[in-house]
Amino acid sequence: MTYLAKSPWIFHYDASSCNGCDIEILACLTPMYDVERFGIINTGNPKHADIFVVTGSINEANREVIQNLYNQMPDPKVVVAVGICACSGGVFRECYNVAGGIDKLIPVDVYVPGCAARPESIIDGIVTALGVLEEKRSKNIHSKVVTDHERPERHNHAQGGAQ
Amino acid sequence: MSKQITIPFGPQHPVLPEPLHLDLVLEDEKVVDVVPTIGYVHRGLEKLVEKREYTEYVYIAERICGICSFIHSQTYVQGIEQIMGLEVPERAQFLRTIWGEYSRLHSHLLWLGCFADSMGFESLFMNSWRLREHILDDLEATTGGRVIQGVCKVGGVRKDIAPEKLDEMLKGLKGLEHELHDLTNVFLHDSSVKNRLRGIGKLSSEDAYYLGAVGPTARGSGIAIDIRETGYGAFGKINFKPVVEHDGDCYARCAVRANEMFGSIDIIEQCIKKIPDGPVDMKVTGAPDGEYFSRAEQPRGEVIHYIKGNGKKNLVRHRVRTPTFTNIPPLVTLLKGCELADVPVIVLTIDPCIGCAER
Repeated sequence: MTYLAKSPWIFHYDASSCNGCDIEILACLTPMYDVERFGIINTGNPKHADIFVVTGSINEANREVIQNLYNQMPDPKVVVAVGICACSGGVFRECYNVAGGIDKLIPVDVYVPGCAARPESIIDGIVTALGVLEEKRSKNIHSKVVTDHERPERHNHAQGGAQ
Repeated sequence: MSKQITIPFGPQHPVLPEPLHLDLVLEDEKVVDVVPTIGYVHRGLEKLVEKREYTEYVYIAERICGICSFIHSQTYVQGIEQIMGLEVPERAQFLRTIWGEYSRLHSHLLWLGCFADSMGFESLFMNSWRLREHILDDLEATTGGRVIQGVCKVGGVRKDIAPEKLDEMLKGLKGLEHELHDLTNVFLHDSSVKNRLRGIGKLSSEDAYYLGAVGPTARGSGIAIDIRETGYGAFGKINFKPVVEHDGDCYARCAVRANEMFGSIDIIEQCIKKIPDGPVDMKVTGAPDGEYFSRAEQPRGEVIHYIKGNGKKNLVRHRVRTPTFTNIPPLVTLLKGCELADVPVIVLTIDPCIGCAER
């Protein structure tokens, strides 16, 4: 890919990360790495976003939030799992409240390993995601609505999304 | 009385990099009650002590939080060393102190940036993070990691810093200090920042004491508690004074952190001048048998690691009490009575680190 036709907006959610990857994602947006020069903006609203960047792994409290945020994003959408915890659970994979990588819940397109993932590899992951996004756009691929069949529904007053 | 409505704040919110959920009960624009919910980042890593050896577990302890990572590992290994009665080489203690203060600098700059973002001062956010990269460059050059360092181990540290590099760091800090003065000048004297912060979110020193506030939240309300005064690491050989402000509002808490950065630079300079020669680690045999409360001052306040071993390779219990967890009751008090528009600013003044608080 030699140029970007559109400005892709990313949307970040901290699943159960230790913050290491989250602050590296923020570092990507600031003057040293500055992805905003490519038009990449970190938005707080899932309905504005093209790329869903998730750090950390799934646990009991956040699986509904992740699912809700993913379903709110418009098509075409790409999911980037940043950090080894989002890819597979990492050092916490044996913890009692960690169910594993993000791909157990929502389809993941790009995996960015590392603990914590370095800004260079995060940028590389986002650029790879742009290719996937372009492909999904040209083939008009629609993502399925994700529902969690593993667990019975329960009342949860905490809804994800922009306030 | 007007009708009450409840607004959810989080877990995903533009101003928070991390998921904290607050139910705000409002009367018109005024917050009358706050119900915090935590648990979105809970991993249950304390139970992993049963599966990992105590020397291996340093990696997990470091990953409790990616911002205060070094100080978590330091606190944990200090506890183990106390139980086993190890005399850690002095050079290692000085190196730990230097890296600990570098972590504080990077954490405070990160916080100042996020705080500027929460009040909509975008260029200040970018400038804080630009300066933070200098700190991270030094951390990476000396430890190998930007945010997770992995240099602490039971009985010392893994890496030594060459004298030439120490001199270079000293020079770098001098240059940084100059730039930090320009940056903090905006935070402390700019009229638009002052208008947003003065008199907002007041915490009296009685409330701060009885609700268990720690760190800059307590020091902003006039309570001079700083665990570094207990002299862990090399702090016993260093002169420093905790930074205290008396107003108890958002401005005071911001001023504590801004001024603490200069204190950290001073501590690092003293350490570099006084650091003795010698080994940086020692051979460790056996396993801890006993229990210990290990305390340290994180950028956010006092952290306590409770460690209990029974002479086997795996610990029996590890329990962490983090500063953000104890700062949540003061936060609830701070938010009651404030305007809805001030909520993001007030939430950020306790410097919430949910990764720590929920583990």
